[in-house]
Amino acid sequence: MAYGPARALPGEQIKISTNPDTEPFWEAAKEHRLTACQCGNCGTFRMPPSPYCPNCQSTEKKWPDLPGTGTVFSFAICSKNPANGEDYVYVPVVVDLDGAPGARLVSNLGGIDADDVRIGMKVQVDWNPIKDGWVLPIFKPAA
Amino acid sequence: MGWAHQDKTAIVGVGATDYYVRGKSWPRTINDMAGEAILKACDDAGISVSQIDGIAYYSTAGAGYLDKFDTASLMETLGIPYVGFSATLTSGGGGCPGAIGLATAGLMNEDCKYVITLMALQQLPQHRLGVVFGAAAPSAENSFLQPSGLVGPGHLMSVLARRHMHLYGTTDAAFQEIVQATRENAIDRPKAIRRKPLSDEEYRNSPMLADPLRRLDFCLETDGAVAVVTTTIDRARDCRHKPAIVHGVAHGGTRNWGRAFAWMGMQDPDFASSGHKFVADRIWEQTGLTAKDMDVALIYDHFSCMVMMQLEDYGFCEKGEGGDYVTSGKIRYDKEKKSGVNGGVPVNTHGGNLNEAYIIGMTHVVEGVEQVRGTTVNQVEDCEFALVTGGPASLPVSGLVLRRD
Repeated sequence: MAYGPARALPGEQIKISTNPDTEPFWEAAKEHRLTACQCGNCGTFRMPPSPYCPNCQSTEKKWPDLPGTGTVFSFAICSKNPANGEDYVYVPVVVDLDGAPGARLVSNLGGIDADDVRIGMKVQVDWNPIKDGWVLPIFKPAA
Repeated sequence: MGWAHQDKTAIVGVGATDYYVRGKSWPRTINDMAGEAILKACDDAGISVSQIDGIAYYSTAGAGYLDKFDTASLMETLGIPYVGFSATLTSGGGGCPGAIGLATAGLMNEDCKYVITLMALQQLPQHRLGVVFGAAAPSAENSFLQPSGLVGPGHLMSVLARRHMHLYGTTDAAFQEIVQATRENAIDRPKAIRRKPLSDEEYRNSPMLADPLRRLDFCLETDGAVAVVTTTIDRARDCRHKPAIVHGVAHGGTRNWGRAFAWMGMQDPDFASSGHKFVADRIWEQTGLTAKDMDVALIYDHFSCMVMMQLEDYGFCEKGEGGDYVTSGKIRYDKEKKSGVNGGVPVNTHGGNLNEAYIIGMTHVVEGVEQVRGTTVNQVEDCEFALVTGGPASLPVSGLVLRRD
């Protein structure tokens, strides 16, 4: 069975919330900069952002600009829009982020037939405007 | 190394309501069903409900995922005069058999004499369990998960199943065999929801809800209630039935599993696992036994792929070999011989969450008790040890070994 083109879920149905620990990530995304939470003391990455570094317990954080590329660690293929049950092929994807070892993002992969998605493929970030003026990092195959 | 409280407590009573397809239990209330299960469990134990003086919950004392149990309310409605122990394991269904360890903690501390562990589950149309993650208002934490459209636990676990297929060459034939083998066991269970044999075609035609998982890889959604009574071994031997002795029990897990598929940060090999290895290792250390010593395994089956990954984590087979283990017929129960098949240990002789009913793990505890009593429908002959596990999910997960008296 062929699924055909995968699309990111429509941004107008996606809502997020932030807190002081996570907001720098989302503020960067608004400017189309992909970052991840890095310990300001020992350099260990962690996602989602959280108050303490699990490696050294420091609360110092850095938000480096990442290359915006990554590798598909795993994925699923879904064919119904969860908001309304209509046919809609999308690929939830878990991505290992380049430049941020140990940090992953869980998002959608588009710009490819769902049938062609493979673990290990290189992807690059793309940007999906969502509710309340926020921007969600999504992915497309690397150029 | 052994365990100081080994064989010092036992499950002595089990009680359950009928099992209803999701939403069909109304106009019964959830407290009505919980009460029926508790009263039946006390009756099965041969004690009065007024002798209950402890409650050991799991799932953060949740009744399903939206209602909450409250000890004082249960005491008020059932006429329980006093309690000396009221506690819960955290998180969700992963703690189910671990709650018997919590009961043991209360009993060994002499806080109480007869402890109830229970679950009741009722879904109304606006409370659809399968989309509980997607329907939740996004917190700052799940804003890193929910936008992906992984709307329910099965969707989340499909990503783990995919990684297992990638790493080990596992195919969906393994998932199919888990559903079909356990369906066979449900056929002669009078209370089971799904009692028709499942053909290859029917499985293959089941819609992919989150590829690689089909609808039939997802467990039932059921209404109902189940309760069990745990007490000390000396009291247990005065009860109505043969005790199901608590021979080993543990809950917990490692940070690298942590919030599991609500996090997706696990490194290999934990990512494509059930997160149970820590608990499995503890149980085998407590008991000096191994998976091969089990006579029956009641493996929490919210999703078929997680049965396979638990079989690996408990050591029924090597890591990565779960697919081959399953497809070689080793989880089947032979009804003629009343034993396993091809040298395996029968899995989910009651039909499990996939086929009998889903009461967040309690039906597995009941089947474990009835197996070591020797009274269940698909009885394993000469059953001495039963393994019961809780649902792979955010920590804690848990496991229990029951022993025949």
